[in-house]
Amino acid sequence: MSLNPGTGLGQMVVPEPDGQPQWLQKIRRHSIQWVAQHGFPGRDDEDWKYTRIGPLLAIPFEPARASLPTSMSFSDLDSLVGNFGGPRLVFVNGFFNPEWSSLTQIPENLLVMALQTRLHQEEESNGRHLFPPPNNAFTALNSALTEDGAYIEVPANLRVTTPIHLVFIADAEADAPALLANPRSVVIAGANSHISLVESYIGLSPRLSLTNAVTELVLEQGAQVEHYTVQNESEAAIHLGLVEVHQQQDSRFYAHVVSLGSSLARHEVRVALAGEGAETQLQGLYMPRGKQHHSHVTTIDHQSPGCTSRELYKGVLEGRSRAVFKGQVIVRQGADRTDASQTNKNLLLSEGAEIDTRPQLEILADDVKCTHGAAVGQLDEDAVFYLRSRGIPDKEARDMLTYAFVTEMLESLALPALRTLLEHSVARQLSRESTGP
Amino acid sequence: MILQIANLHAKVGDKEILRGVNLELPLGQVHAIMGPNGSGKSTLAQVLAGREEYTVNGQVLFDGKDLLSLSAEERAFMGLFLAFQYPVELPGVGNLYFLRTALNSVRKHRGLDELDAVDFLAYAQKRMDLVEMDRSLMSRSVNEGFSGGEKKRNEILQLAILEPKLAILDETDSGLDIDALRAVAKAVNALRSPDRTLLLITHYQRLLDYIVPDQVHVMTEGRIVRTGGKDLALELEQHGYLADAKDHTLPVGGHR
Ligand SMILES: Nc1ncnc2c1ncn2[C@@H]1O[C@H](COP(=O)(O)OP(=O)(O)OP(=O)(O)O)[C@@H](O)[C@H]1O
Ligand SMILES: [Mg+2]
Repeated sequence: MSLNPGTGLGQMVVPEPDGQPQWLQKIRRHSIQWVAQHGFPGRDDEDWKYTRIGPLLAIPFEPARASLPTSMSFSDLDSLVGNFGGPRLVFVNGFFNPEWSSLTQIPENLLVMALQTRLHQEEESNGRHLFPPPNNAFTALNSALTEDGAYIEVPANLRVTTPIHLVFIADAEADAPALLANPRSVVIAGANSHISLVESYIGLSPRLSLTNAVTELVLEQGAQVEHYTVQNESEAAIHLGLVEVHQQQDSRFYAHVVSLGSSLARHEVRVALAGEGAETQLQGLYMPRGKQHHSHVTTIDHQSPGCTSRELYKGVLEGRSRAVFKGQVIVRQGADRTDASQTNKNLLLSEGAEIDTRPQLEILADDVKCTHGAAVGQLDEDAVFYLRSRGIPDKEARDMLTYAFVTEMLESLALPALRTLLEHSVARQLSRESTGP
Repeated sequence: MILQIANLHAKVGDKEILRGVNLELPLGQVHAIMGPNGSGKSTLAQVLAGREEYTVNGQVLFDGKDLLSLSAEERAFMGLFLAFQYPVELPGVGNLYFLRTALNSVRKHRGLDELDAVDFLAYAQKRMDLVEMDRSLMSRSVNEGFSGGEKKRNEILQLAILEPKLAILDETDSGLDIDALRAVAKAVNALRSPDRTLLLITHYQRLLDYIVPDQVHVMTEGRIVRTGGKDLALELEQHGYLADAKDHTLPVGGHR
């Protein structure tokens, strides 16, 4: 079976989904047909046109196979992605790696397992809604090919304080073909439960790879989820990530994404505020350098009355990098007393860097409070001079002010261990030599 | 002489702001510059501190070295300090962290050991006491949301911490209430030393009642037009700069 006539990704031969439950095989075949029918998003697609995926489609990716990482060893893991003291699930090119994972210290009743395990237990009636209809070719591709991911189910009223850590490693040997991995994770937070989840995406291999990740979260009534995504893949990697969130009444979702790595990265968050009084907070920090491209696309769909959404994305661009922030807020008819705010601030450290920032508000209700603001600027030269006049050299002064710009994002991280890790990663990103002028 | 300025010109675009400044400051003395708004006092201070947006001509020797060829940070390493007329707010930069980074950078270039956080805190607290600065200001971002007076005091704290050879105080007295002025003046007097020169830019005689200068210079239209003893300030206060220009048909052109 192949996806589509065409070259590269479009021509990829998809392995038959043998050894999977019948119902799942059916979904997989349908998903492949979906891609063949609809094709990959093109320039005419509002949500994708600022992310240059054209070159990506020409690359002849191959589905990955289960393997142990060759580009790093287990002992590197803590320093690369942190250790938060709770369960850690490690995936290599999408495949669950039990040797590197630790599934101890899981509170009773909390279900944390590899998605494949879950899928093999499921009946069709239940399993189906683990695969909602795709909204673009990449999510369809993920449904068709997903190797594995995490499945987390939090029973009602359970409060888990230590975070659950998902680590996704893109790994390839130097002579390997360009590999495609499609991790898919599902999180169901029961009524009034409380968890936090960290997703780390890393890779040290200089070989081109594509991570096409999907994470689905359902927050039942009164549930609270803190969700952190750290994308620090190698600069040879391409990263596409979708976080799809469904929020019921009075639930709270706090998300942070930090994008540092990859040559091309796109992170999308879609939140459906389906129940009254739900609250969502999205924060993002992106720091492309050299020729990196980072896109962040968010859609917050206020479907019910009395919901609150807060969005703050900050970008620091260097070299000839490019970034996109597209923030869509929809307030449906009847979603009265909606309170939505969106802010996007960007710091351009070089003349070659480029940012596209596009707020998009669609308000169909009357009684709403919606604000948005976008800013693009350079470092304040008066501030640079002030620091230099105190004996702080130019480069250090600029780093200090740049760091000050992002520090707000780091300070708001509720996980101290993650904050420390990111402080270092951010400092390293700032001091890294830019490849562009 | 710690500072020798000869025929200093500064322009922004076509606009000439400094038009041949001549000034000499001996080590260990206190000098004051007074002059009407827009006469170029702050520009002189900024040019000396190394601001790059001006096109500068002339000669300035600082501690015997060609000052104009040095970057702003190199001037700070050598012991030049400017207390800004309008201190800049630095949101997200912690005050204590900023002070320690500045001191350690300067110490490093002066061949001294860097201070660790603990030693620095002890040192900074002594200096804070000297300028009677509220300690709660240290945990905030540099100057962010500081009152006008608090900002000025923070400048003097930086001066006290960095211990320069030449400190230029650009209207540090403006915006200070009477008690704050007295406290700041006390701190500045405590920082007077045979190894340190102070150049006070001010509009008010009152500051000079507290910090008594060895000499007073008058700047108008980008030049030092008069130089005198401490009584000159008093005279200016009574008659104004314009009266002064009329009364003295033969301006004193510095030390050339
Ligand atoms: N960067 C600049 N660009 C354009 N004009 C400038 C610049 N810097 C200074 N000037 C102008 O140069 C003149 C002198 O300014 P300066 O700030 O040095 O005056 P001053 O003597 O300090 O005045 P004050 O007593 O009001 O502080 C003013 O007319 C000012 O507008
Ligand atoms: Mg001035």
